[in-house]
Amino acid sequence: MAETSVPTPRRAPRARDLKAMPGFKTIGWACIFALYMPLAVLIIFSFNDNRSVVKWTEFSLRWYEAALENDGIRNAAWVSVKVAAVATIFSTIAATMAALATTRTAAFRGQGLAYGIINQPLMIPEIVTAISTLSLFSLVKQATGVTGIGYLMAAHTAFCIPFAFMPIRARLEDMTLTLEQAGADLYATPWQSFRYITLPLLMPGILAGAMLAFVVSLDDVIITLMVAGPGETTLPIFILGALRRGITPEINAVSTVLVAVSVILVIALFLVQGRMKK
Amino acid sequence: MTAATLTQAQIEERRRTRRTRRALLAPALIIIVAISVLPLGITFVYSFLKPGTYGGVIWEFSTDAYVQFLFERDIFDGTLQFNDSYLTIFMRSIGLAFGATVGALILGFPTAYFIATKPREQRNLWLFLITLPFWTNLLIRTYAMLLILRDEGMINLTLMGVGVIEKPLSILYTDTAVFIGLIYTYLPFMVLPLYASLEKLDFRLVEAGYDLYANRWRVLRHIITPVAKPGIIAGCILVFIPGLGAYITPALLGGGKKLMIGNMIAIQFGSSRNWPFGSAAALILMALVVIALLIYARAAGKGARAHG
Repeated sequence: MAETSVPTPRRAPRARDLKAMPGFKTIGWACIFALYMPLAVLIIFSFNDNRSVVKWTEFSLRWYEAALENDGIRNAAWVSVKVAAVATIFSTIAATMAALATTRTAAFRGQGLAYGIINQPLMIPEIVTAISTLSLFSLVKQATGVTGIGYLMAAHTAFCIPFAFMPIRARLEDMTLTLEQAGADLYATPWQSFRYITLPLLMPGILAGAMLAFVVSLDDVIITLMVAGPGETTLPIFILGALRRGITPEINAVSTVLVAVSVILVIALFLVQGRMKK
Repeated sequence: MTAATLTQAQIEERRRTRRTRRALLAPALIIIVAISVLPLGITFVYSFLKPGTYGGVIWEFSTDAYVQFLFERDIFDGTLQFNDSYLTIFMRSIGLAFGATVGALILGFPTAYFIATKPREQRNLWLFLITLPFWTNLLIRTYAMLLILRDEGMINLTLMGVGVIEKPLSILYTDTAVFIGLIYTYLPFMVLPLYASLEKLDFRLVEAGYDLYANRWRVLRHIITPVAKPGIIAGCILVFIPGLGAYITPALLGGGKKLMIGNMIAIQFGSSRNWPFGSAAALILMALVVIALLIYARAAGKGARAHG
């Protein structure tokens, strides 16, 4: 009874959100939308039962079937996987070794230079690296007469190293030397302490580096376009060629698969890194 | 005696560390120097040679590649005439890259600010959403953009559906398309460094600004922007440099008509079969990149001094 007589307190005017800036929220949402909308359209129309990449008719997997039966696509996928696998293995090993040498030690002479060289592929416009590598390889081919897919694999290995290096180095910098020192106190040889202490602790970093290297190799266009010889068409190069001949939903299907592979690997990578921090 | 042997052991130890370090660094350094650094030297040498008829080079010294950049040699009397077609491509590339940088800043700044003011536990998800497109294939993203920008693409269909326009706007294969494509491609590069700076912003300063009767614009201009400056500079450089050397975006969205430096270089190594000229153009592109980096270093240095 008493309560009813109490006047309901007038709602305090909502405090102005001091952080908010007019329009910023809208632009933020619009940017996220704009980043994903084109990809969403591409993916949706890869499932369209129609030649059109504009008008939706019915859900169908026919373009995926067509892509699977296309020899050009199958060969390109195989080349892509081969090149990415070789580049990933070699670049990850080289990057791991380099990271072990440059972290957890006192600064040494030439450290800056070593970082500079390792990051060099990231600092040069890709087209410049591409034509320079082409010039080098054509000289080597002339001099030795050796041809083959090895050149493409070597080029991919080089530009994958800085990408593999980043997470491995970050992981090593977060690791203290205490466990290795304890190992040494217990008469572990340097090799034993590396094999049973450092390497297991470093594994998430190596895994992250390898995944990045694989994604970067799989996605490369410009360097591959310049360096790849006949019969060394990777999936992106196949897509580029197909686009020049005209747009078909088949390209959407292949593109969707490539996007899915990258997205899955990158999400896995973030999960691995999230667990690393815990 | 013991002291001497100890130092001996220490010297031995140090020497061993250095040897191990060298051995560990060797593979990565050798691969990158051999396949990425050394070829730049070859490109430099090639730019001073004569083109071979079927590609490649003829080993004769010549500065033709650089002369050709600005002049055309008359086939009949061999006189040089000024030719601005390559210069135009360079200027267009610089203009497009610069425009895309400004566009990405205008869109990226509010986005980064928006993310930085989100609750801490949500920020990582937002950042992940911004970064994810970067890890998907650039060619495929550009193709997706092409699907959107086409005459019968999503933008035109929507605009015509709403009744804003009668006929489709022809956006594809114009500078506008390349401009939109460049912003779309490099926006994440702008947002990430901006976010890194804005995250450090102490919002008590913003509050203090409002207490002192500053309006929103003045708070943005005098409190938020100075904090964001290192991010603005880094973001601009991260968009401008790859934008300048872009290949895929102009190739697909410019339709081979609106060339940028990257396409021009690629053509010299393909159908034009003029490797020395392509090498020279690549070196000029590198020089532009170095100039941009020097401006960056100066701006970053100034910023550091102002805040230090």
